[in-house]
Amino acid sequence: MLVVSTGAVGAAGALAAVSTLFVSMAPSERAKAAGAPVEVDLAKLEPGMLITEEWRGKPVWILHRTDEMLRKLDETADLVSDPDSKLPMQPKYATNLERSIKPEYLVLVGICTHLGCSPTQKLEAGEASGLGADWVGGFFCPCHGSKFDLAGRVYKGVPAPANLEVPPHQFLSDSRLLIGEDAARS
Amino acid sequence: MQLGVNLMLRPVMTWIDERFPMSKMVREHLTEYYAPKNFNFWYFFGGLAIVVLAIQILSGIFLTMHYKPDADKAFASVEYIMRDVPLGWLIRYVHSTGASMFFVVIYLHMFRALLYGSYRKPRELLWIFGMVIYLCLMAEAFFGYLLPWGQMSYWGAQVIVNLFGAVPFIGPDLAVWIRGDYVVSDATLNRFFALHVIAVPIALLGLVVAHILSLHEVGSNNPDGIDIKKNKDAVTGKPLDGIPFHPYYTVKDIFGLVIFMIIFASIVFFAPEMGGYFLEHNNFIPADPLKTPAHIAPVWYFTPFYSILRAVPPMFGSQFPGVLAMGGAVVILFLLPWLDRSPVRSIRYKGPLSKISLTVFVVSFLLLGYLGLKPTNIWGQIGGADVATVVAQLCTILYFLFFISLPIVSKLDRTKVEPDRVTP
Repeated sequence: MLVVSTGAVGAAGALAAVSTLFVSMAPSERAKAAGAPVEVDLAKLEPGMLITEEWRGKPVWILHRTDEMLRKLDETADLVSDPDSKLPMQPKYATNLERSIKPEYLVLVGICTHLGCSPTQKLEAGEASGLGADWVGGFFCPCHGSKFDLAGRVYKGVPAPANLEVPPHQFLSDSRLLIGEDAARS
Repeated sequence: MQLGVNLMLRPVMTWIDERFPMSKMVREHLTEYYAPKNFNFWYFFGGLAIVVLAIQILSGIFLTMHYKPDADKAFASVEYIMRDVPLGWLIRYVHSTGASMFFVVIYLHMFRALLYGSYRKPRELLWIFGMVIYLCLMAEAFFGYLLPWGQMSYWGAQVIVNLFGAVPFIGPDLAVWIRGDYVVSDATLNRFFALHVIAVPIALLGLVVAHILSLHEVGSNNPDGIDIKKNKDAVTGKPLDGIPFHPYYTVKDIFGLVIFMIIFASIVFFAPEMGGYFLEHNNFIPADPLKTPAHIAPVWYFTPFYSILRAVPPMFGSQFPGVLAMGGAVVILFLLPWLDRSPVRSIRYKGPLSKISLTVFVVSFLLLGYLGLKPTNIWGQIGGADVATVVAQLCTILYFLFFISLPIVSKLDRTKVEPDRVTP
């Protein structure tokens, strides 16, 4: 009885000590604080251009889509596995066809949903992309060959299981974008 | 002269032996440890693995004196070691070459066990200790590979940590906990450094001691796979087919070591990058969290498992099946002692079925390793499918089939009769 109770108390103490070590490996307060929202000026972003901003250490793409790019989203609807954005990879306000608040501005976390590589931009259509003549433009992950269309929707039959993530974002004015915080939360 | 030294040493040895079992340990593990007399080429690699471990620990200690585990300084500090530290380049190349050679030696060591059934009863625990050593070695290599903070370091760590993120339910939280941040960052580098230089090496040393102790408890297997303890000298009780480890096998191992060190030094001095296979070209570019290199491949020793990961398509909107297959490919090796039901241990007395099965396994393992180094489109497409992917899928099936069919193959196979005594 004495041995059992001593053992139990000892085990509880050891568990408490180990849990301290376990908890110490979680993100620190500094790491959590680094997740502050990022403000971006879109005035100089011409149609067809893409800029990359850093938010929480991740690349965030802002693509100013042309009308032609937007038209292609109908073409790729049959090629992608989640055309209606059913999986929770975006805030509510980005579940439309364009996956964006304003149709022309696409905001995406540039991290492949497969294993976290950053896909390369293959915005141009056709043979020049290196992905064949029937490529309509989008993103291609060099690590394991996943393909995404111009709304970040994942193609069928590639390793990535879900569309590229749309981060929470909002427009402070016509040309000022805030990444990391949306109107619903602020 | 010899006698004089002995006379001088004897009182010292006696003094020690009265306080610590020095002579007893030397007898048990060296001069009176009887190993089968028919060891061949394949028996060099256990000893070599210990030497490489020593090389890694020693060179690692001296690298730590100059290296800085800080995301802003790590890459530059490695270049500092390469350019400014006296002979720093040599120490680093020894360490990086040692990492690859460790896996060369361990893979050959493991293949030896497969050939001669060294994992069979009563050596199951010996095999399990060895497998845990192999797991630790993979962890050690993975943690160490992040430290130079190059592009491959960064994105390799990103991919591997995200494998844990694919675990259902707890995955994303687990990945954050491993990284200590939402992305691979300074916090990740710092903890990988701690694990690489303290935690895993300590575990490795302990496991190596356990591995050797259990080996010496049950005795070494041999190319004939028969038990030398069955035939003992009636008077002395020593195995008739056994010879003392020292001096017989220490001399043999030193001969092997000399050849090995010639190869090792040739790599260090003439081909330390090994054409991008030991030190990948992209790792000479500092880590950039915003840009993935065009082609990511792990270092060669991980590529068979990486191929398996890539070969399994996502199911139910999750990539977890691929992760499971990759993990399973390693874990299934643990079960080997219980899957093999053959009445004989060594491939020498196994029948054609076992020989074909093992050959197919080795070929698919090597092919998976080769394909893991290359992009999935190297062999072009047939009917819309990447040929290389299909081959990798086939090899993955064959890899697992070796283990799954082993209980039946080893039972059905027509074995030869084992001799009573070892063959020369």
